[in-house]
Amino acid sequence: MKEIRIHGRGGQGSVVIAELLAIAAYEDGLYSQAFPYLGGGGERRGAPVQAFCRIDEEPIRLKYRMIEPNCLIIQDASLNEAINIFQGLQKGGLVLVNSTKSPEELGMARPEYKIYSFPAAEIALEILKKPVMNTVMIGAFAALAGGFKLQCLKEAIIHKFPGELGEKNIEAMVTAYRTAQDMFGEEVQ
Amino acid sequence: MRNALIKKKEVMQGSIAVAEAVKSARPGVIAAYPITPQTYIIEHLATLIANGELKSRYVRADSEFSAASIVYGSVAAGERSYTASSSQGLLLMTEVIFNMAGTRLPVVITGVNRSISPPINIQNDHQDTMVLRDSGIIQLYVENIQEAVDTHIQIFKIAEDKEVLLPAMVCMDGFVISHTYEPVTIWKDEAVQEFLPPFSPVYKTDPQNPLTYGSLTDDDKVTEFKYMTNEALVKSKKKIIAVAREFQEIFGNHYGDLLQEYRTEDAEIILVAMGTVISTIKVAVDALRKNGKKVGVIKVRSYRPFPDEELRTALSKCRLAVVVDKSYSCSSGGILGSEIKACLYNQRGPSIINYIAGIGGREIFPETIKDMVVKSEKLAESGKIPDGSVFFDLNKQLLNNQLL
Repeated sequence: MKEIRIHGRGGQGSVVIAELLAIAAYEDGLYSQAFPYLGGGGERRGAPVQAFCRIDEEPIRLKYRMIEPNCLIIQDASLNEAINIFQGLQKGGLVLVNSTKSPEELGMARPEYKIYSFPAAEIALEILKKPVMNTVMIGAFAALAGGFKLQCLKEAIIHKFPGELGEKNIEAMVTAYRTAQDMFGEEVQ
Repeated sequence: MRNALIKKKEVMQGSIAVAEAVKSARPGVIAAYPITPQTYIIEHLATLIANGELKSRYVRADSEFSAASIVYGSVAAGERSYTASSSQGLLLMTEVIFNMAGTRLPVVITGVNRSISPPINIQNDHQDTMVLRDSGIIQLYVENIQEAVDTHIQIFKIAEDKEVLLPAMVCMDGFVISHTYEPVTIWKDEAVQEFLPPFSPVYKTDPQNPLTYGSLTDDDKVTEFKYMTNEALVKSKKKIIAVAREFQEIFGNHYGDLLQEYRTEDAEIILVAMGTVISTIKVAVDALRKNGKKVGVIKVRSYRPFPDEELRTALSKCRLAVVVDKSYSCSSGGILGSEIKACLYNQRGPSIINYIAGIGGREIFPETIKDMVVKSEKLAESGKIPDGSVFFDLNKQLLNNQLL
């Protein structure tokens, strides 16, 4: 089972990442589940938010927050100073961080994990003209993690955001997918 | 054939899926007041009305007390009526819910389970809906999003039955169902409408033929009046079972009659619980079975009416029952646990251990369940079954530091 934990701040669309990955996986014939953790009072802008996505070949019965995820998507690197962001992450786990700085510069380098920095905010500003990088993070994550079909991700985005907004977000996602492939080369699965 | 009944099958948020199910039941009046984690349901219904997909009157209320009072009035006037709430909002509706049951008005309510303040907490336990247990309302607890969708369709039919006529509530865990996205099937409106005919009330308020609801009654009749409400709730068992089976015949899904048993055939230890934690318990039971432990689980689907006979039968063969409660009555203990003990008291039934857990959203993991089973077995073997309920996951350090 793929267990993905998403860290962000209220307003960054972290729950939407979980939702879109779940929709894309289901479109691809897999079972999936997505949900937020809204402890601390819930949906407040700027507050640390966690969202979760499980993907499996079998129906998913687990109803609790994941304890040992195998992937992390971090939309805001400053959360590393606020919480223990790697908590429970399995050895060899994949970590995608939105930042122009390297994991070393961020103080986030860990030998036991595969950590990748990705300039998601820059791509979002260029294409969407807004610092909302959730669909960009999806594209980069899909390139790094493997197991997602680009077509299914496109369908998920247009399903959630019909019309021009969806088209723009698809462009952002695909750009990020290609950029991540170029940046990380043979490391991409 | 059932594929012909499917409107769509996709990954949906629980609240949206439930709103779609309520829409397909086409209530004439919806009144509500927002409170997390229930709000997405009524928000989506308001959208469906605003864009013309649902022809219904949506009344914005200034409190949950008003919302409940509005649907009380509208169902009395003969309209199918719906509302939803959580936590403190349900407490504020309570006075009206007793009136709905006493005057036999079948309002359907979604209780999206959330902890009661203080301390303020938006997460899940069962305290809010369990407080309503004495009112006469029907309560069905659900395990996942699909069951929430299907139970909403069933519950209108149960509540509005001429031999039942009681308010009815689907109790679904906040966040775990309301805010979670899973693959779910939404049925075609026509299919639901064929299953669920329009509401035809026995009486309805009419300015030309005035009626009084809840008139002054003295001691010569009050006991009989209350007895009749009680009898209606007891008799609703048959209707709940019949509707669940009819639903299964048409749509294919069945979640148990009043109870659902899982791997209980030869079980020596049976866990009993309600709501989404059942899924986690099933996972734990499968793991324990692999290690040779004969464990099973009973899901209490219908909490009101209380399945007393059914529980006596289902628990008759095991040696130990472990009841996991997500609510409690101060100084008396876990509510489900206490009631199960009471209904088995004069039987040669199993020993019963009652744990209170999952309060205010504290996670219950499969490991938690395994731990409960191991500890319960030890207590039973050493003859030290606790008389009262046990708060399972108390943090003693916090208590010692007097932080609470």
